[in-house]
Amino acid sequence: MESTAGTFKENAKQALADAKLRDALAKLSDGFPVKRRDAAARLPEFDDLCDQAKAIKEHVLENLGFYLEAFEARVTEAGGTVHWCRSAAEARTTILRICKQAGAKTVTKSKSMISEEIAINEHLETHDVEPVETDLGEYIIQLRHEPPSHIIAPAIHLTKDQIADTFREKHSHLDAARNLEEPETLLEEARGELRRKFIAADVGLTGANMLVAETGSIVLVTNEGNADLTYSLPKTHIAIASLEKIVPTLEDATTILRVLARSATGQDMSVYTTFCTGPKRAQDLDGPEDFHVVLLDNGRTKMLGTEFHDMLRCIRCGACLNHCPIYKAVGGHAYGWVYSGPMGAVLIPNLIGLDEAHHLPNASTLCGKCEEVCPMRIPLPRMLRSWRKKQFEQEKTSFVSRTALKAWAALARRPWLYRLAVAAPIAVLALLGREKGRFRWLPLGGGWTSLRDMPAPEGGTFISRWHKERQP
Amino acid sequence: MSETPARSISVGLFATCLVDLTRPSVGFASAKLMEDAGCRVSVPQAQSCCGQPAYNAGDNADAAAIAANVIGAFEGFDYVVAPSGSCAGMIKHHFVGLFEDDPVMAARAGALSAKTHELISFLTDVLQVDGIECAYDGTVTYHDSCSSLREMKIKDQPRALLSRVSGLSLKESEESETCCGFGGLFCVKYPDISGHMVDAKVDDILATGADTLLAGDLGCLMNMAGRLHRRGSEVRVRHIAEVLAGMTDGPAIGAPAPLDTDKDKN
Repeated sequence: MESTAGTFKENAKQALADAKLRDALAKLSDGFPVKRRDAAARLPEFDDLCDQAKAIKEHVLENLGFYLEAFEARVTEAGGTVHWCRSAAEARTTILRICKQAGAKTVTKSKSMISEEIAINEHLETHDVEPVETDLGEYIIQLRHEPPSHIIAPAIHLTKDQIADTFREKHSHLDAARNLEEPETLLEEARGELRRKFIAADVGLTGANMLVAETGSIVLVTNEGNADLTYSLPKTHIAIASLEKIVPTLEDATTILRVLARSATGQDMSVYTTFCTGPKRAQDLDGPEDFHVVLLDNGRTKMLGTEFHDMLRCIRCGACLNHCPIYKAVGGHAYGWVYSGPMGAVLIPNLIGLDEAHHLPNASTLCGKCEEVCPMRIPLPRMLRSWRKKQFEQEKTSFVSRTALKAWAALARRPWLYRLAVAAPIAVLALLGREKGRFRWLPLGGGWTSLRDMPAPEGGTFISRWHKERQP
Repeated sequence: MSETPARSISVGLFATCLVDLTRPSVGFASAKLMEDAGCRVSVPQAQSCCGQPAYNAGDNADAAAIAANVIGAFEGFDYVVAPSGSCAGMIKHHFVGLFEDDPVMAARAGALSAKTHELISFLTDVLQVDGIECAYDGTVTYHDSCSSLREMKIKDQPRALLSRVSGLSLKESEESETCCGFGGLFCVKYPDISGHMVDAKVDDILATGADTLLAGDLGCLMNMAGRLHRRGSEVRVRHIAEVLAGMTDGPAIGAPAPLDTDKDKN
């Protein structure tokens, strides 16, 4: 998708002024975080499991080539094909080629952030293949021509009423007077529309929550069962996954499953968890005849061994988004590209470049909540600082802010000079602010005083007053 | 103090730039609390800031130069204490990483890290202070600043001490652990988002019905006080050290200075 990350600040301003978005995001605060907390509390070994899950991914990243080749060998033995793709463009070409070979007119899709990353829908559409999103949230935003705003809840930015309006507009063949008050009614309607698409689809395109090297299986986790219909009904199943999704064994996959749903939605397990291994075998009653795995790099291997290496442990649970006060304020679209929240702020500059994504690492208070809830213990604040360091070193920050920072630092590193420099301004501010105790406006202080008063200084500096009082 | 142990611990008080420049009374309150617990408190003149504005802006070279100053000024004390989880956290957790290519400085930073504490947890966890002889007439709510809570693991310590203050009742807010939106330079770089966050915070504070807001970090306090005042709230805002030291005669943060008492702040 086209990035609008460069205008994050404006995006955020718009988002903050959007009353419907405010209503929609308000749900987030009482929903996922509370459920996650309760789910973790119900499982005494949750923290230990997180440590184990982290260790699994650390081991995998140290031995990525080994496990990926083992995975490919198992997929091939099972009768499937692995396609190695360095870039989004290669992945798009590969998927389109498979679709064309299958004579596909319709491709059903289950939710996949990688498919968003490579913008496969637009590519298929321009080549006369119709992609149909089958996850309810993805289906809704596809109707509205919007990108997802959350990695596990793509339509979280919408209220129920907005969804009802969209259904009335797009499902114009249905009775206009029908009742769409209840979420269940909306779900039923989408289910009815999608059923025909599932039957008609020539190719099913899924993501993969994990790839299992031991068996050549892909793991699909959903709450709606749509991935199962997506992969099992058409003749061809294509799974697309970025290469860090690999885990060594089925046992490892279950360890990660135990932290994934709990961290994401607070469920002990997602409703559907499916292991797909190869195409339909002779004795199988159903399943795809062709099984393809598109393995995408798209910048991941470049992150190995860098300060962003740990980001490759991410299992896309969304906990960092759900708990991030910035995400909860502005929503996912403000981040301007496929991912959002703290994981997006770290990952997006890796994938589309720091110049375009320059705001994202800075739009954080580094409050640390994301790292606290991350089941894979990813040090997200540390990596946000790493991006800021790169920006500063590459002189990508604004001249004014650099100069101001340098001038301040020149004083701060010389405490005696600093004492001399601060004395007069503090004395003046203290004098001017004495009567009211605060300022409603300060020169150059608009960022602060547009919404807050600035408390006036008490007068004198602590250090000068201390030394005056203690050493008369 | 219920008892003053026979000890003579030397403490270097890292005042923090915000206390130094805007609210010296927090520095005096911090010194009083530690002196009452038997410490010898010194305030080295060669201090300005912990370097966090530079560090969080990616300017590690300046942050390292400032850190080197702090290390030189404070490494002679038994302990280094700051009335701020954020600044103490900077010294404790981030200084070492600034000297990756300088093993000598890294070792000195590591030694300083080991003896650096945030004020309230220093009182409870190191000095084992459990009694506080002071009074505060009011209902307070306490904000857990992000650095205090997550970097310095401070949660129960301030509450334990506040429970000993006579006349004080604590009313917890729902979102006491949620960031107030200050974030250092964040609040001026992204004022719209920061403003939204502090507004939510103010709603949460007002919902408690408390008449006083306390926290252990002046940056957060100034941010929340500023928004409370802009919204016309009468909630008094103070650093927790002021209450624990019984030094609440002076005006609260952002409150006008009564003309007759302004000579008598400390």
